Amino acid sequence: MAQTKPHVGLFIPCYVDQFYPQVGKATLEILEKLNCNVSYPLNQTCCGQPLANSGYERDTKDACQHFLSSFLQFDFIVSPSGSCVHHVKERYPKILHDPELQSLLDSKIFELTEFLHDILSLEIQGTFSHKVGYHASCHALRGLGLSKSSEVNTAPFDKVKSLFEKVEGLEWSQLQRSDECCGFGGTFSVKEEAISLSMGKDRLTDHHEAGTEILTATDMSCLMHLQAIEDKNQSSLPVMHLAEIINQIIS
Amino acid sequence: MSHSIASTDFLKNEEHAKWHDETLWMIREKRDLASQKVPEWENLRTLASSIKEHVLSNLDHLLLEFEANATKNGIQVHWAKDAQEHNQFVLDILKKQSCAQVVKSKSILTEECHLNPFLEKNGIEVIDTDLGERIVQFLHQPPSHIVLPAIHLKKRDISELFHQKLQTEKGNEDPYYLTQAARNHLREKFLKAKVAITGVNFGIAETGEFVVCTNEGNADMGVHLADVHIACMGIEKLIPRRNDLGVFLRLLARSATGQAITNYTSHFRGPEKGKQIHLILVDNGRTEQLGREKFRNSLKCIRCGACMNTCPIYRRSGGFSYQSTVPGPIGSILSPGLDLKKYSSLPFASTLCGSCTDVCPVKINIHEQLYEWRQEITKANPNYAESLSMKLASGIFKSPLAYRISGFLMRKLIINLPDSLLYNPWNVWGKGRKLPKAPQESFRNWYLNHRKDEQ
Amino acid sequence: MSSKQEILEKIRHLRLDQTELPTIPEFKNSLNTEEEFKASIEANKGEVISQEKLMSWISESGFQNTLSFSQLINVNTSYTKIEDAHELDQLQVAIIDGQFGVGENGAIWITNDQVPFRAIPFITEHLVIVIPKNEIVPTMHQAYIKTSNQTYSFGLFIAGPSKTADIEQSLVIGAHGAKSLRVVLV
Repeated sequence: MAQTKPHVGLFIPCYVDQFYPQVGKATLEILEKLNCNVSYPLNQTCCGQPLANSGYERDTKDACQHFLSSFLQFDFIVSPSGSCVHHVKERYPKILHDPELQSLLDSKIFELTEFLHDILSLEIQGTFSHKVGYHASCHALRGLGLSKSSEVNTAPFDKVKSLFEKVEGLEWSQLQRSDECCGFGGTFSVKEEAISLSMGKDRLTDHHEAGTEILTATDMSCLMHLQAIEDKNQSSLPVMHLAEIINQIIS
Repeated sequence: MSHSIASTDFLKNEEHAKWHDETLWMIREKRDLASQKVPEWENLRTLASSIKEHVLSNLDHLLLEFEANATKNGIQVHWAKDAQEHNQFVLDILKKQSCAQVVKSKSILTEECHLNPFLEKNGIEVIDTDLGERIVQFLHQPPSHIVLPAIHLKKRDISELFHQKLQTEKGNEDPYYLTQAARNHLREKFLKAKVAITGVNFGIAETGEFVVCTNEGNADMGVHLADVHIACMGIEKLIPRRNDLGVFLRLLARSATGQAITNYTSHFRGPEKGKQIHLILVDNGRTEQLGREKFRNSLKCIRCGACMNTCPIYRRSGGFSYQSTVPGPIGSILSPGLDLKKYSSLPFASTLCGSCTDVCPVKINIHEQLYEWRQEITKANPNYAESLSMKLASGIFKSPLAYRISGFLMRKLIINLPDSLLYNPWNVWGKGRKLPKAPQESFRNWYLNHRKDEQ
Repeated sequence: MSSKQEILEKIRHLRLDQTELPTIPEFKNSLNTEEEFKASIEANKGEVISQEKLMSWISESGFQNTLSFSQLINVNTSYTKIEDAHELDQLQVAIIDGQFGVGENGAIWITNDQVPFRAIPFITEHLVIVIPKNEIVPTMHQAYIKTSNQTYSFGLFIAGPSKTADIEQSLVIGAHGAKSLRVVLV
């Protein structure tokens, strides 16, 4: 039975567009390799999360409308950011006072690995011979529920790691604190600079002690913060977004 | 002082900050283990949350039922609309008993009402009898954690303090030795006390009894030796049925410290022969919070402190950085309801990581309420510069062209500006971090060059 | 208007829709409750001992001030008549009966029926609680069902000796109340 290719609208968050084009590129290439029809709406802007988290949700209505008009036409909206997807999915219906939007967003918008897991049922085949440190970004973990958080006593699951079950050579670092926040938190990183740095340093120490060779996450924002601390301290834990790792394995 | 200034100060002592973080994390891990031993844990959380939901939706009836039953049992019930009235009730009872020295076990409500300074101003000595609270009382400090009042102190601090106050050997830091010194000191106070004050963990409407939980036994030592027991209870501490205690007591101590239960769980239904129990029901802003739909369920809190132990910010900033009676995540959603301006920085002292919500035994959506308070705070305390920059950003986000120009400028600035300009004192990000290495072209440009033509 | 009226009016004024009060399931627990109970008491830093061991501990320790209210075991004790709990400040051992124990946490239920003064389990230096072997329930749910018709004026779950960890989180047994708890199952 011939299936029609799903039409995917690629949502590339503002900071990824400007600073991490390789992550956008990897996301696009993965989806293309997996037989999706991918479009990148050229008029897309920011989802409005930085404003909303700063307490100015009310000023983001136009940004929300703009986002929806750029993306709702697609079968799916996919983005390499759990945080931005979480914001759109969990907050837009409330910001726009449109509760009916919820079910539409629930069926349409996905963080990249969530899309690969839930919609494409992907089992990645290939080799990646590294000890990988997975940083569970809070909005992907607890916000989107991509895996069980350490606080909750339900059956364990991890959509992200399960994608890699068939990958040869890949070993996950065993962390002391499996899902503690990295301390980025958007404007928190400058408003509460001292704690933000302390949290980031502690995450990095945990990864160094666990023997992490490559640090990865669903979200480039966490990785940007962690890499920035590494760079300042002139150590060099290589950082790759999950999209880059997946794209490399399936090439 | 904003939370960020206080936390920066706390983190200056790196060794102590690390100890504080690791100790509270250890308690969080104990909580994890204890909760994992209860197969129906998540079910209990849901039940506890729904029971409290019912209480909040039916508070007037339940309060009257509670009062009627308690009165029938011989408990004298008083209603206080605010802290001042609460404090006055306590003072009046003490005066009636000609009591100049009162023993008090842990009660966050009396901290909230600033009962101690009020009584002291009126010539009454208050002896806090929980060990941690006695320690901070000697130091004229408030508790820094609702379950672990002296968690900000090290044993050498306590040793020095007890040497001055209780004449313990100088330099003896043995926790057993220090605890025994406090035991002897407080035993004397218990034996002399005519009146004892306690908090209340749960009030049960159907029986009119109330429950107090401790590990030290200090609440019981106080009230059973005194003639008069004054119990101070927030109106949200009610539960409808005695059987509901099964749910809450299974959650409380496990969430708080990882114990299966506190060693003493006392159920007061009526006074001992010849004695009195006074129970003061206190509003003090609770009915206002009840009226705030988005924040109402913060009143479900059973004061276990689990959200503090799990919070990466609390662990790294200490309780005092919040400057509110209840610190940490739950304090950051309760306190703005009491004084929005004073506590305006608290809802921002969070990355919205959501760990507090997942750990909460009564399922309060703490991190979502932090987000909602941020929206309220920017409305109530306008910061014009910030508000203007947000409006500017919002204009940029709705205009694709403006968005592209601003993004382009930011990237080019980072590429082209010398480090001396990039890492100036105004760049808070750059103090402890590097800026990202800006690429030559954005994803959008790359896409236009490599994909757009194909479509 | 009285404060009581003011508080109630404020609540009524909100006209909140009453939500349903959930039914609490029984949460049956198939574990061996006696074994679990012993493990729980030990985790709380108490001890479960035999009656013989209790007797030899009392005689070997040479306690001067002991007191028993147990109906379940016979122990000769030193106090005769007590007028006031303050007289018990030098009490070294108190032996009381518990009605039943709870497997999941070691809690033992006692009411004012078991003690003439509420202060006794706290003021004593060492506490001994005697409970019938077959009186152990699995969880707190069963404990509250079991006691639902009781008419005590004071009820108490004791799960261990008095303890504190307020000094640097170091566990110290013997804060204000009993410095030890021994449980005898008969």
